[in-house]
Amino acid sequence: MTRPFVEIDHVAMRYGGVDGTLALQDCSMNVQEGEFVAVVGPSGCGKSTLMRLVTGLWPATEGNVIVDGSEVDGPVTIAGMAFQSPTLLPWRRILANVMLPLEVTPEHRGRLRRERPQYEARARELLKLVGLEGFDGKYPYQLSGGMQQRTSLCRALIHEPKLLMLDEPFSALDVFTREELWAVMQDVWMVRKPTVILVTHDLREAVYLADRVLVMSARPGRIIAERKVDLPRPRTLETTYTPEFQALTADLRRYIAAARSGEEVTI
Amino acid sequence: MADMSPRALARYQSMAAAARRQRRLEAWLPWIVIGGMFALWEIIVVAFGIAEFILPAPHDIVNSMIRWWRPLMQDSLVTLYCTLAGFGMAIVGGVLLGVAIGSSQMVYKGLYPLLIAFNSIPKVAVVPILIIWFGIGVWPPILTAFLISFFPIVVNVATGIATVEPELKDVLRALGAKPRDIIIKVGLPRAMPYFFASLKIAVTVAFVGAIIAESVAPNAGIGRLIMVASSRFDVPLVFAGLIITGFMGIVLYWIAEYIERRTTGWATRGQNQNLAAGG
Repeated sequence: MTRPFVEIDHVAMRYGGVDGTLALQDCSMNVQEGEFVAVVGPSGCGKSTLMRLVTGLWPATEGNVIVDGSEVDGPVTIAGMAFQSPTLLPWRRILANVMLPLEVTPEHRGRLRRERPQYEARARELLKLVGLEGFDGKYPYQLSGGMQQRTSLCRALIHEPKLLMLDEPFSALDVFTREELWAVMQDVWMVRKPTVILVTHDLREAVYLADRVLVMSARPGRIIAERKVDLPRPRTLETTYTPEFQALTADLRRYIAAARSGEEVTI
Repeated sequence: MADMSPRALARYQSMAAAARRQRRLEAWLPWIVIGGMFALWEIIVVAFGIAEFILPAPHDIVNSMIRWWRPLMQDSLVTLYCTLAGFGMAIVGGVLLGVAIGSSQMVYKGLYPLLIAFNSIPKVAVVPILIIWFGIGVWPPILTAFLISFFPIVVNVATGIATVEPELKDVLRALGAKPRDIIIKVGLPRAMPYFFASLKIAVTVAFVGAIIAESVAPNAGIGRLIMVASSRFDVPLVFAGLIITGFMGIVLYWIAEYIERRTTGWATRGQNQNLAAGG
C-alpha cells in the first residue's frame, strides 16, 4: 500500500489556551491520493476544525498532520476550499471570481499575465462542466444560490488542486439543487481525480459521493467508525433507493445516534 | 416582449411610465425643495418686516453676491483650495492608517483609543496651536480640514477591511496567499463602498475645518470674509458666504457620489432598476 496523501496522527486541538474548548482529541485518519472521503458527525463535533488543521490554517495542539509527504506547519499552498456560503467577490464577474486562485497561487500567478487566454479557456471549460456555460460575464448577485455555489466549486478547482476540502458546501441549498450538485461534484471528481475531504452532516450525501465515510464522535471529536462505500460509479439518484445504499445510511445513522448520546461504540 | 398579450403589454407600459415619472420627480425634488425654502424665507421676511441685519431676504443676499462677486469669488477659491488640499491629505493618510488598523489587530488595539481621544478634541481648539506652529496663512486651514476629515475615512476603511469573511481568508490562505495579497485582492475592493461613504462625510466636514481656521486666524477665505462682513453688520454678505460654502459642499458631495456610483455599483445593486432590469 502506498503512503497516504493525508495522514492525521493522534491529533488534538484546543481553542483558547489551556482551559479552552477541546475540539479534537486523539483523532487519527488517513486519506489515499485520489480518494474521496466524507467525514460525518453530530453538529459541533469539530469537523470544520479538522478542515483547518489539514490545510494548515490552524496549528494542531498535539499530534502530526502530514500532507503529500511533508508535515504541515503553515498554510498549505495546494488546497482548494469550498464552504457552506459561496463567499464570492461581489465586485467581480463570474469568470474573474473563478480565476481568483490563479492570481494567488505561487505556481500560476507568474504565468497568468502571459497565458491569460489559455487560463480563461480553462475557467470557461470548468464552468461548462458544472452547468454554468454562458454565465461567465454575470455578477454573483445575478445568479441563484445554487449557481453561486457551483461557481464557488469552480473556484476551488481552477488551479487543479491535489487536495480539495469541502466544508458542508451543499448544506445551504434546497434538496433538489443539492442532489443535482452531488452529480456535478461526482462528474468533476471522476474527471480530475483530486483527493477530496468532504465534511457534511448529510449521510445520503456522504454515501452518494464518497469512497469511504468516517464517523466522528461528539466533542472532543475523534474518528469512531469507518465504512467503505463500494457502490459502482457513476452513482445516480436511483442508487440512493437501492437496499445497499439504504443499509449503509442506516448503519451510519446508528453510529451518529450513538455518538450524540456519548455512548462507546465498538467498530 | 413580442409575445405579451395586449392587456399585459398595456399594463407593463403604464408601469414603466409611472416609474419614469417617479424617476423624473426624484431628479427634480432637491431643486423644488431648495427653491421652496428660499421662497418661504422671502415671504416670511417680507411679511413680518424683519430687518436686514437680523435676517436678510434672499433677494438682498443675491444683490450682495452681485455687488461683492469679486471678493466672494477670490475667498471661495482660497477656501476651496485649502479644503481640497486638507481633504487630499486626509484621503492618503486615512486610507493608509485605515488599512493598517483594519488588517492588524495589534495596530487596532494600540491606536484606536488614541484616535478616539484625538477625534473628541474640538478642532477649533487646535487652531491656535497650528497658528503658533505654522503662522497665519494657508497651513492652519489646510491642516484643520485634514484633521477633521481624517477620522471618518480611517474608521470606514478599517471597517471594510476588518470585516472580510473569515472563510474567504481561509480560501486564499490555503492557496498560499500572503496577508498583502488578501488586502489587495479582497480587503481594499471590499472597503471601497465604505471608503466612498466616508468621503461624502469627510468632504463636507473638511469645509467646516477650513472655515473654522480661517475665522480664528483671518488671513483669507470665506471664513475671513464672514468675520469681516459681520464686524461691519453686513449680514447679507455673511449669508452670501454661507450659501456659497453650502453650494461648494454639495458640488463636491455630488462628485464623490458620482465616482462612487461608477466604481462600486455592485454594492448598491438592485435599487432603482426595478423595471429597467425587467425590460
